[in-house]
Amino acid sequence: MADKITMQVTRYRPEEESGATVQEYEVPCPKDWVVLDGLNYIKDRLDGSLSYRWSCRMGVCGSCGMTVNGEPKLTCETFLSEYGAGPVRVEPLRNFPVIRDLVVEIGDFMRKLVAVKPWIIRDQEKPLIEGEYLQTPDELEEYRQFSMCINCMLCYSACPIYGLEPAFIGPAAIALAQRYNLDSRDQGNDERLEALSVHDGIWGCTFVGECTAVCPKHVDPAGAIQRYKLTAALEELKSFVLPRKAR
Amino acid sequence: MSERHAYTDYHPRWLRSRPSTYWWLERRAYLSFITRELSSIFIAWFVVYLLLLVRAVSLGDSNYQAFLAWSRHPVVMTLNVVTAFFVLFHAVTWFNLAPKAMVVHLGHKRLPASLISAANYGAWVVTTAFVLWLLLGG
Repeated sequence: MADKITMQVTRYRPEEESGATVQEYEVPCPKDWVVLDGLNYIKDRLDGSLSYRWSCRMGVCGSCGMTVNGEPKLTCETFLSEYGAGPVRVEPLRNFPVIRDLVVEIGDFMRKLVAVKPWIIRDQEKPLIEGEYLQTPDELEEYRQFSMCINCMLCYSACPIYGLEPAFIGPAAIALAQRYNLDSRDQGNDERLEALSVHDGIWGCTFVGECTAVCPKHVDPAGAIQRYKLTAALEELKSFVLPRKAR
Repeated sequence: MSERHAYTDYHPRWLRSRPSTYWWLERRAYLSFITRELSSIFIAWFVVYLLLLVRAVSLGDSNYQAFLAWSRHPVVMTLNVVTAFFVLFHAVTWFNLAPKAMVVHLGHKRLPASLISAANYGAWVVTTAFVLWLLLGG
């Protein structure tokens, strides 16, 4: 294997240029180096002006998502050696505005996340003295998969609907809504359904499926959305057929 | 969402790029998606054709024979062969989607996705066999 690899990194310096440019760097390529190690090498040794986000470097914090050779990836778990002799092209996540170099603006996702109320909603909290809300392992299993989401936004980057219709609430927000809807301790389904069973909510999704394909935590947002569509359709049917009390 | 958010706050220095016109060629899943969207016109034709068939049958034998003769026209035949292909494509998409939308429990156990998929495909095969039996042997 070559001991050096070329990284082609997208640069955008708003005070100097009006558009993105590409800068090439040669970095070492030991077999245990990930793309993020390459970026850190550039930042430390070659060009301190390069900007990008990262934190945990172990696939937990969800901050180092970027587009690597056209694919949305967590750069902390994408090995340089996967790209053979190179070059490795590193771009910011697609479908988001770029603030600088590889740093994207995530305010839109943050607002959408809050809109689906991703927390446990109770009609009435029980007094502390009655203890915690218990849950069986089977009940945990119902939503565990969706609780694995780390908000890395790779799914938004892969979703062409979000790219074309930015009002679409997007895969991760819906998967996180399902995480709470399916939690036996939660009673907020109706509130979330109101926010999600709308044109820019679950019905905006046309099942491209790439959100699930790129998810580094195997959350399966596409599955969450299709499942939610079935729930929403049944609720809608009930509201036609049944009297209010029986719903 | 009940209120439409502006994409993001206005900021003159943020770089915003629209997806390329040819974004749908970038991945196989995108191409399948856009094919499904465009081919919905053929699914609409499939429904219209079916309604025309029902109408012809209801208007009596001569109308039905005229409908069959019209259906043998090369243009209609070609259109229907293409339509059959797209109906198949949509059916497969639907059967692949079904296990994602349906979560079925048997007691405490959740049925595996493959079983739900298999049940859907199984029902499809049985229905097709029944229709073939009606047409050919019944």
